[in-house]
Amino acid sequence: MKKLNRKLLRELMRMKGQMLAVAAVVACGISVFVAMSSVEYSLKTTRDSYYSEYRFADVFMRAKRAPESILESVRKIDGVASVRSRIVTDVTLDVPGLNEPASGRLVSMPDRKMPVLNDIFLREGRYIEAGHPEEVIASETFMKANGLRVGDRVGAVINGRWKDLVIVGKGLSPEYIYEVQPGSFFPDNRRFGVFWMSREALESALDMTGAFNDLSLTLAHGASEKDVIRRLDDMFRRYGSLGAYGRSEQLSDSFISDEIRQVGIQITVLPTIFLAVTVFLLNIVLKRLVSTQRDQIAVMKAVGYTNEEVGLHYLGFAMVPVVLGAVAGTAVGAWLGLRLTKVYQDFYAFVELIYSFRFEDVALSVVLSAGAALVGALGAVHGAVSLPPAEAMRPEAPTVYKPGFLDRRQFQEKIPVSIRIIVRNLERRRWKAALSVLMIAFAVAILVSGRYSYDAVDHIFKVELVEKHREDLTVVFNESKPRSVQYDLSSLDGVLQQEYYREESVRLINEHRSRRQSITGLKSVDGLRRLVDARNNPARLPEEGLLLSSKLAGILDVSRGDSLTVEFLQGKRRIVRVPVGGTIDEMLGLSAYMRIDNLDRLTGESGLVNAAYLRIDRDKAEKLFAELKEMPGVAGTSMLKAMQKSFRELIARSATTSTIVLTTFAGILAFAVVYNGARISLSERSRELSSLRVLGLTRREIAIILLGEQAVLTIVALPLGFLIGIGLSVLLALGLSSELYRMPVVFSSFNFVFALVAIVTVALFSGLMVRYRLDRLDLIAVLKTRE
Amino acid sequence: MAVHANDVLLRVSEVSKIYTMGEVKVEALKQVSADFFAGELVVLLGASGSGKSTLLNIVGGLDVPTDGKILFNGREITAATEEELTVYRRESIGFVFQFYNLISSLTALENVQMVTEIAKNPMSAEEALRLVGLADRMHHFPAQLSGGEQQRVAIARAVAKRPELLLCDEPTGALDYKTGKLVLEVIRKVNGELGTTTFVITHNVSIAAMADRVVHMRSGEITEIERNERKVTPSELSW
Repeated sequence: MKKLNRKLLRELMRMKGQMLAVAAVVACGISVFVAMSSVEYSLKTTRDSYYSEYRFADVFMRAKRAPESILESVRKIDGVASVRSRIVTDVTLDVPGLNEPASGRLVSMPDRKMPVLNDIFLREGRYIEAGHPEEVIASETFMKANGLRVGDRVGAVINGRWKDLVIVGKGLSPEYIYEVQPGSFFPDNRRFGVFWMSREALESALDMTGAFNDLSLTLAHGASEKDVIRRLDDMFRRYGSLGAYGRSEQLSDSFISDEIRQVGIQITVLPTIFLAVTVFLLNIVLKRLVSTQRDQIAVMKAVGYTNEEVGLHYLGFAMVPVVLGAVAGTAVGAWLGLRLTKVYQDFYAFVELIYSFRFEDVALSVVLSAGAALVGALGAVHGAVSLPPAEAMRPEAPTVYKPGFLDRRQFQEKIPVSIRIIVRNLERRRWKAALSVLMIAFAVAILVSGRYSYDAVDHIFKVELVEKHREDLTVVFNESKPRSVQYDLSSLDGVLQQEYYREESVRLINEHRSRRQSITGLKSVDGLRRLVDARNNPARLPEEGLLLSSKLAGILDVSRGDSLTVEFLQGKRRIVRVPVGGTIDEMLGLSAYMRIDNLDRLTGESGLVNAAYLRIDRDKAEKLFAELKEMPGVAGTSMLKAMQKSFRELIARSATTSTIVLTTFAGILAFAVVYNGARISLSERSRELSSLRVLGLTRREIAIILLGEQAVLTIVALPLGFLIGIGLSVLLALGLSSELYRMPVVFSSFNFVFALVAIVTVALFSGLMVRYRLDRLDLIAVLKTRE
Repeated sequence: MAVHANDVLLRVSEVSKIYTMGEVKVEALKQVSADFFAGELVVLLGASGSGKSTLLNIVGGLDVPTDGKILFNGREITAATEEELTVYRRESIGFVFQFYNLISSLTALENVQMVTEIAKNPMSAEEALRLVGLADRMHHFPAQLSGGEQQRVAIARAVAKRPELLLCDEPTGALDYKTGKLVLEVIRKVNGELGTTTFVITHNVSIAAMADRVVHMRSGEITEIERNERKVTPSELSW
């Protein structure tokens, strides 16, 4: 076999352009697979070990005020493993260097360090000390965003009283891996942060001695979460429980679990495309190789090589690019995985996101690629093996063309001969042409669906963060206020317009389906806050009943005209039947709206509000902010401009890597298909093309004949690729749709233009490379040999 | 057709061609000189390796000599650029190859049209095919034609542009006796009716009898140029 291996090596060198193109496609598939699998694995293992090491709870509950003594009964609930009570409150912060007020969540910690549920990891500094109520441990993301250091001070208004908090430590918690203000979807780490402080200090500041307002617990192995939640809800109803919920409704965990699910989707789609292209390329390249080497196969067999040896020899042509691609793909995949892990580290506050590179993933992807290569090579290898030596010695029978589409009379005279050659070749091998088109279309589709996510996110940004808003900031109160608070707000210097609204925590129930949710009571749908659907169409509030986001209606299995049971979780805690007045297609979260008057009536408590939108005079902003920072009862403020800015930064950070990677990969794919297609045509037809050159056709003219075919394939592939890309995007949108967000199916024209320009550029480049060879055709040699 | 000594179409003067093949230098042509006249039918006769194909390739603008000059209609083609050679082939030269070299995806008619589309003053493709006796096979693809028919399509393709010089490299090399004679008859007809100066390369001595002049070559040199006092028709040839 030694000499055969030398033949293999030399011929691979001669075909290096084509083989490298195949290897590059294999490398793309393997690198995406390896990168995404390792990222998924890294995220999962990091999350799981973080959760277990820092005792992340299974069930959570907020209440108004419950006595500490009830904990004993909680521990006795069947299935409860361990319990922790806390005091948690949201406050307004005055952060050095920040004009506008920020929001803080204060979470109580035991005065002495001990293992607790939802524990914290201390990155820097020390734990709080007993007897120092002003000491806090601040979240790392908040400190980083604001350039705060251990020892710095932050002002807070706690229960109407101004307090100076001293940061003694920098911490992280599994509860806030995705640290986002309640009710928001986009992290704004400058204006929202979590602070852990002494339980004793919070008890005295909030008059909660011997009481708590937040409960978390872990479940025993095999316990039913549902049962425990039901027991908790019964037990805490009279303590103002807002309803217990499991991890699936815990904000930070749902974001991370969603992210891991998304990565999982990507593991399958792209590598599958690359595998398909590998099969196709090896099939056409090897078939051509075997057909040009008929005489050599005959000689090998004539001198006594077995069919197995000949078969393995040609299989070698398929395996070498796989091995090369595997090596390169593993390296690129490892690098890409690391890059992506760094991006994720920006989004999620892990103690350390450990990048784990698994050789199982590499092994699996190599096996899959080798399998694909085998499938691709099989036809050609079979052809080589089954050829009887005597027949192989004879030249291949000439290609038979039959009159086709073009030979209808009306076309006969009008079409130049060179075009006829192109069309006949495409017609004769319509399957190969169709597959080539499909493969190039895949490249187009990768670009379209890759850019689709930016179009979708951009649309979300435009609708959710621009179109819906006419206010400058939102003020959320600690607890319900009388409607007269509007006059307090209006009287603040710098407030141009205000619009209050009311949020009520409820449980929505339809038969066995139920959901913790808040109902937003609105004065108007076209005031400072506009109510619009995913397509930016203005929505109407029904005269009676609820307007539910379609996703929520789906979860509860209700539609317009049905009725729901609404259990209010605050105030008089009424339970009422409310009709569903309509649904609205929204992209973010789950929501339920109704007219504020109806909400007042249903709760039995009129005239209450708990938040307001403000439009302000920018010139007076600074003074207004200072007043808001000290205003009692304000749990938080959020600034529209700041939200917009942090969202844009977030997207920019994550977009670059994946755009570059996807564009490169799609480019490689398109190049490999077009280049190999043209090279094979060149090999099949060099004799023909040389004859034409001898007959006086210029280089340009024969280039048009050869490359025209590839041009036609590319042009046909573009619209098909757009369609496949749109299809893939729709699948992606369906796959990624969750309770947190729904990707809108929108495409910018830039998306298609970008895909078109990228693919045409790549096609031209591969055309030029083939043209280079075409210009160097040996005219004489070609005439002397028989096909 | 009468041949006038002063109608020199092609002047080959002291043309040499040396191929470097690896480390070996092969002298394919050694200072070859000859004049060829408008309208004559020349047979280049020689064994393989005698240099006849090299001479034909250089005359046809497919190759350039290492040394020496070739004047075509008084213009030096040995000094032409690649582009000028393409134009030269396109306008002045017709080629017929041993293995026909037809475009398999084009019908007989279209193969000829391939050339008439780009030529300056061509005859119609149909006319060219009639000339070679293939008027009824025009819409057949090469795979549907016999070898002799394919070669006649190739001749039609070569003459359709009305070239001044028709170069045929072993045109009967791949054909049987009967078909070969038929093809030679077509070549004679083209030469006779259109007056196209024609070179036929062959190693078949019998074919020489149909020529006006026979150029004998051996080892890169012209050993003899002989004028046939009596041209015979291809039907009278036998080998």
